[in-house]
Amino acid sequence: MQIIKILFKNAFRHKLRTGLTILSITIALLAFGLLRTVVNAWYSGVEASSAYRLVTRNAISIIFPLPLSYKDRIRQVDGVSEVSWGNWFGGVYFDEKNFFANFAVDAKSYFDLYREYAIPDDQKTAFLRDRKGFVAGKKLAERFGWKIGDTIVLKGTIFPGNWEFVMRAIYRGREANADETVFMFHWDYLNESLKKTAPARADQVGFYMIGVEDPGLAVSTAGSIDALFKNSFAETITETEKAFTLGFVAMSDTIITAIQLVSFVVIIIILAVVANTVAMSVRERTNEYAVFKTLGFGGWRIVGLILGESVVITMMGCAAGIAATYPASAAFGKAMGAYFPVFNVEPGTIVLDVVFSLAVGVLAAVIPVYRTLKMKIADGLRMIE
Amino acid sequence: MRGVPFSYSMRNFWARRLTTVLTVSGMALVVFVFTTILMLAEGLERTLVETGSYDNVVIIRKGSGSEVQSWIDRAQAGIIETDPIVATGSGGKRLVARELVVLIALPKKDTGKVSNVTIRGIGEGSLDLRPQVTLVRGRMPRMGSSEVAVGASVAKRFKNADLGGELRFGMRQWRIVGVFDAGNTGFTSEIWGDVEQLMPAFRRPVFSSTILKMNDPSRFEDFKKRIETDPRLTQEVKRETRYYLEQSEMMARFLRILGISLTLIFSLGAIIGAMITMYAAVANRIGEIGTLRALGFRRRSILLSFLVEALLLGLIGGAAGVIFASFMQLVEVSTVNFQTFSELAFTFSLTPGITARALFFAVVMGLAGGVLPALRAAHMNIVEALRSK
Repeated sequence: MQIIKILFKNAFRHKLRTGLTILSITIALLAFGLLRTVVNAWYSGVEASSAYRLVTRNAISIIFPLPLSYKDRIRQVDGVSEVSWGNWFGGVYFDEKNFFANFAVDAKSYFDLYREYAIPDDQKTAFLRDRKGFVAGKKLAERFGWKIGDTIVLKGTIFPGNWEFVMRAIYRGREANADETVFMFHWDYLNESLKKTAPARADQVGFYMIGVEDPGLAVSTAGSIDALFKNSFAETITETEKAFTLGFVAMSDTIITAIQLVSFVVIIIILAVVANTVAMSVRERTNEYAVFKTLGFGGWRIVGLILGESVVITMMGCAAGIAATYPASAAFGKAMGAYFPVFNVEPGTIVLDVVFSLAVGVLAAVIPVYRTLKMKIADGLRMIE
Repeated sequence: MRGVPFSYSMRNFWARRLTTVLTVSGMALVVFVFTTILMLAEGLERTLVETGSYDNVVIIRKGSGSEVQSWIDRAQAGIIETDPIVATGSGGKRLVARELVVLIALPKKDTGKVSNVTIRGIGEGSLDLRPQVTLVRGRMPRMGSSEVAVGASVAKRFKNADLGGELRFGMRQWRIVGVFDAGNTGFTSEIWGDVEQLMPAFRRPVFSSTILKMNDPSRFEDFKKRIETDPRLTQEVKRETRYYLEQSEMMARFLRILGISLTLIFSLGAIIGAMITMYAAVANRIGEIGTLRALGFRRRSILLSFLVEALLLGLIGGAAGVIFASFMQLVEVSTVNFQTFSELAFTFSLTPGITARALFFAVVMGLAGGVLPALRAAHMNIVEALRSK
């Protein structure tokens, strides 16, 4: 107990300097926490994906459609329990800055397959009954202040024209990692309109979402689906939902790697700041350590004093940094809602915070400890500031 | 009385080497991050801007935003092609091309992960419209055959995508007969083949865009009006430079916001680091400051001396950061552009503007850290300062 008291007393001998150091650790850990959360947010879709679902798309690339007729053939494959389908609609709400994901989906089968999206029964019925109706995630509805019954218009980029929709339902995620910013409407509405305006593009599907009975057999089921359409005009690639979303994430892996690198750079920056503080403290106290040595205190006690002080400072900064991470990421998540639908601080981030703070505390003390141990008593006593 | 000698500040750095090195490296890292992210955004933008040329015009479907989502049917393409603004090249060829732009998914060489590559169906005029494209190896694909040429960065990054390789899509094998390089432009990340072969392979009855060179760029506005008000057409007209700038807008903005917010947070840490160092520098030299004052140096000179010291600290850190960042120019990165959804290779690019901004930022960081300690040094009482140990 006594030793801890001494460490704290020592740490705060220079209140201004220690205060500034703690502040800089707080800021750095805050930045680190936010960056890790940004990276995690990127992967949130992967986390939320279900092992019970497969996604089938055109083998050439995702921008090519598949015929609607595939749905019946997929349904006959062993192990397939449900089939749903949809199109990326790519509609713009007033301005491109208001970006959100919008899909045309086969509503009934879609919500049977995606049970993690909860919709009140009366709203669901209303939505299923209205071909022009749409469902929006809770966060999306809050972002634009949409209420049930509101009419909104999306400007099509892939499917030209102004498309009118009526809000019929709001869904919520059953899990914290569910994406509550998606806009979904009836695929039939899209298809029937296309039959009138661009018949060549009708009856085509962007992707199939497939429910499987046994996740253990998902890979072989995927193989049999692709085999069905081998050497046809529209060959398919079927992957687990996880692999499919991971594929999207992998496309921007350069940026993710960059953010990860930067998050480690920030740790090195605080290492420099803390090492500086410890070096200065030790330098000023060279006389004292010489006296300690003269009195016969062992090397390890001096090591303990320096190391302990360094760790005390970093851990205080760490605690403050962690405390600040939660409100900061809540605010950041709100501001960047358009880019990151899910933005939660994960426990792993906090563990890393603590581990890195400890490591910085220890590493920062290495050079001063080495210098103090090597110092001759006479030199230490002679040293003047 | 003159100012405190400059060498006084310089020698102080040497006297407390460890502290100086630590502070400078902290700042250097911040400046490094700041510079590289700006370089990244700049590189991306430059790549896309250089892809377009000012005399060329891109015609795409209204509201589609990019070639991939656009279409032009044969009749419409014919109407656009006959416009009198189309320039005539050597041998009397009209400089206009109907093109197809789609994405195909290919596995990468290093990770095996799939990424989207732009594949462009080209017409007879396409090459004349892009003088920046030069053949590196092999030859250009023959019109009317299942042959393609790949951009240099596609050949480098994707499996089986080099000269002599074969790609399979649309139930056909496509032989790679050439590798072309278009320098620092988006074309280097594309695959090119005959548009009339690719269209049936992808089962697309329409073109994506029409590209043409204007014989009189000053008449662009007239031409734009003519096309956009023609009741038979549903297309819009953009200068090629403007079109490609828009393709990079979202991504470049994202990178800049990320870079600036990161740097702001990081620089707070570095400013505090500088402050710690400068406060210590002042605290350890109280006696010296007293002596200087007693010798007749003014408060102003002391203030200036410490400010210069902080400024130097920032400048050295900034210079080190920029030097390290300049090595990043050797690195080529590729990522999927959010807007076009296709892979694009580009390099970090360091401009004098970025260097100036980074150094200015470093100096401001040093000054911000030095102001309070310098004020404290300047406002010390002579007698008390001299009395301290």
